[in-house]
Amino acid sequence: MPHSLSTQDVTTPGGLLLVLAVLVPFVGVLAGMVLGSRSAQRVALAILATGLAIAIAIADALVRSGDAVVYILGGWTPPLGIALRADGLAVIMLLAVAVVISGIGVYARADFGTPQGVREARAPLMFWLLLLAVWGSLNLVFVSGDLFTLYVALELLTFAGVPLVSLSGQPETLRSALRYLLYALFGSVLYLLGAVLLYGAYGTLDIMLLAVRVHPEPVTWAAAALMTVGLLAKTALFPLHLWLPPAHAGAPAAASAVLSGLVIKGSWFLAVRLWLDVFAGVVTLPSAQTLATLGAAAILVGNIVALRQVRLKLLIAYSTVAQIGYLFLMFPLAAGLAAAQLDSATAVNGGLLQAISHATAKAAMFMAAGLIYTTLGHDRIADLRGAARALPMTLVAFALGGASLIGLPPSGGFLAKWLLVSAAIMTAQWWWALVMFVGGLLTSAYVFIVVVRAMAPAPEGWTPKACVPYYQQVAVLALALCSFLLGMAVFCPVDVAQIGRAVVPGIGWP
Amino acid sequence: MNTPTLFGLCAAALVGFGLYGLIIHPQPLRKILAFNLIGSGVFLLFGAIARRGAAVGMGGDPVPQALLITGIVVAFSATALAVALVLRLFDEAGSVTLASDASAKAQADLPDA
Repeated sequence: MPHSLSTQDVTTPGGLLLVLAVLVPFVGVLAGMVLGSRSAQRVALAILATGLAIAIAIADALVRSGDAVVYILGGWTPPLGIALRADGLAVIMLLAVAVVISGIGVYARADFGTPQGVREARAPLMFWLLLLAVWGSLNLVFVSGDLFTLYVALELLTFAGVPLVSLSGQPETLRSALRYLLYALFGSVLYLLGAVLLYGAYGTLDIMLLAVRVHPEPVTWAAAALMTVGLLAKTALFPLHLWLPPAHAGAPAAASAVLSGLVIKGSWFLAVRLWLDVFAGVVTLPSAQTLATLGAAAILVGNIVALRQVRLKLLIAYSTVAQIGYLFLMFPLAAGLAAAQLDSATAVNGGLLQAISHATAKAAMFMAAGLIYTTLGHDRIADLRGAARALPMTLVAFALGGASLIGLPPSGGFLAKWLLVSAAIMTAQWWWALVMFVGGLLTSAYVFIVVVRAMAPAPEGWTPKACVPYYQQVAVLALALCSFLLGMAVFCPVDVAQIGRAVVPGIGWP
Repeated sequence: MNTPTLFGLCAAALVGFGLYGLIIHPQPLRKILAFNLIGSGVFLLFGAIARRGAAVGMGGDPVPQALLITGIVVAFSATALAVALVLRLFDEAGSVTLASDASAKAQADLPDA
């Protein structure tokens, strides 16, 4: 039994910030909808700044109190009421998403500005509203303490993410949006079925209460299996990844960055919550191994298929399929550490860092690909000559993002893989380390192919098709640098890691 | 067999039919209907659980009923969004297939895009 689970039934200082983190983006959506296209962009940018400040304030409240931030909605305590809770994991995800969304918002000002002389344009208006909606839903996923609220949050995330795919209205993008929606609906209805079974068996949907009440029996296994499969379909883990590459590659660059960097992390985070918090005492090591085997298959298949792509955006999308695989390696490692009576924080932090470094790196890489597309007029990898000449800063950003995906020091990807590899060695599961090394090699192959092709000198008399604004390049480079320097987290005052640890074991394995 | 068990079994059958339809039918509209069938199964199951979990003297546990209404609204919005996408796809492309040959063709076409 998870002994350290204190069912906090009181709102802590700063608890209201959790409500604001969810509410403010949705207020922005409504305000933007009423005010129209040009104002929607201004509203969105103002909300981005506000939301970033809220995320920082929540982190501050967490650090100050040294415990999870809690808000009890309406003063009704669980199981009847609903609690919002933000522990270390949630707060770090909140912060990372706020930073990435802000970077994307700055970048998207150029692509989704309303043209002069037009009162309202459909695509820009929708983009800004959906960007805010994605953000609000993600924040709700991170802070919800209730399985049904999480279901609603996941559905909101899907409804905000699917139209982003088809912003251009092309038939191919509509088709990939529809395929994405069908996969996502399949996933969410399975998740809901699992949640309903849990309610039927234990009479509560509150995560903390469930963690205490669940015990290994068929109904719990069925619920865990249904919910996990549903979330895997939404996260696009191999072999349920088929919808991802066309959807992510077909969307406009800024939307791809949102979808690939952030949206898939929502359902992944929920899977982590379930496996680490709710079903900690129910899931077995072999089931965690199965999950990681799928992850390993995703790493190998995704990377090899990425190597064979002719278009840059599809390459990056398949690279996402591979990187999702790393996110699922943490499950058997955390289970193994817990079984050996060791602190599972190594594996959990590794997985969390992988999620953050992938979010920042992949957003930067998709946006870099968007700039390259604008400049060259195409994104055929064989024909990238001159890109480095026209966009030196962007290519550096692409290379830095790639370095983080490969896992070169001092990137966030390096630290994440380091933690995962050391957890693998500590728990004598060396094969996961092997998969990570092979994955790193394959990743470096395609990153180098792109960088080398782009470094080739342009043909005589070649001129860029279009010039991209300076601030777009800066936004891309800033996100790439975030990812590349994230590995410095290891040198930070011990506090940062300790907060995660001080909170994580409380909700972690018994 | 008491009533909640009977309804629970009906719910399981609905979920099974829906899953079967979702997987084998290639047409998007049928997939959407199959999704609704699974959804109905889940809601029916939730209703049966509410009846079974009712305290003495009460008709049913009120919490699942409140959640059910939200769930139905969410499923309705999902269906509306899916149907809107299907209609738009029909307007743009003249057909509504998700077939893999169409996606292969789209892949082949993309380099010229």
